[in-house]
Amino acid sequence: MTQTADTAVRCEIVVEAPAERAFHAFTHEMVDWWDPTHHILEGELAEMVVEPRVGGHIFDRGVDGSECRWATVIAYDPPHRFAFSWNITTEWKLETDPEKTSEVEITFMEDGPDRTRVALEHRHLERHGDGWEGMSSALGSGWPTGLERFAGYVSGSGPGTAA
Amino acid sequence: MANHQPIPADGLAALADPTRREIFERILDRPQAVGELARELPVSRPAVSQHLKVLKDAGLVADTADGARRIYRADPQGLEALRTYFDGFWNRALVAFKDVAERPSKENR
Repeated sequence: MTQTADTAVRCEIVVEAPAERAFHAFTHEMVDWWDPTHHILEGELAEMVVEPRVGGHIFDRGVDGSECRWATVIAYDPPHRFAFSWNITTEWKLETDPEKTSEVEITFMEDGPDRTRVALEHRHLERHGDGWEGMSSALGSGWPTGLERFAGYVSGSGPGTAA
Repeated sequence: MANHQPIPADGLAALADPTRREIFERILDRPQAVGELARELPVSRPAVSQHLKVLKDAGLVADTADGARRIYRADPQGLEALRTYFDGFWNRALVAFKDVAERPSKENR
């Protein structure tokens, strides 16, 4: 067995919607699907904004008006490609050193008239040096992983999708 | 020409140092010995050894004996925790995203 260490995570999901719709949902309706426990504001999360241009930011805005810019847009090519730097430490704090940020790239590929394959790659995870050790012990055996886990779920109609 | 870098006392500022990250990225490409790394980098062999020690203490690399040499490779366990974490995070995020993408957009409601 080779011990190749892969420093990227890749996941893919098929969405029953055109690429334009999928791209829009990803970039403009982020707050509707992002895990609400995963943000780094002090208070409650009100919205997530993607500035639609290279060099723009993704920022969270709290109900109290506070803002946190946690990503820099690297690619913004609707409806096929979106990429940003991940300026967050493994402890969910803002990373200010660009050398220590990883990258997320999402590609949207048409897979039929109303169907889009969305592939996500989160790479250069090794750049998150600090906190690695702590995470390793905190996570223990880790989360159940793999797309198989929810293959059944996604092929059916998930909650909220029934007309 | 010893070129000792200051070594952080606690294991994991490990990859904050650019030379150390370079070493780590080379080891990720393929396992190798101190000598090979020192040949290809503008740092001395003792300095490479020091960097490797920090990486090893941080759980990022592991070494095995190969005759008289020690071969360094990335420690899959150290990496795996990070990968597992993001794997779980994105898998859950994408399921929720699918849900949103498949319902009519807000403007059309």
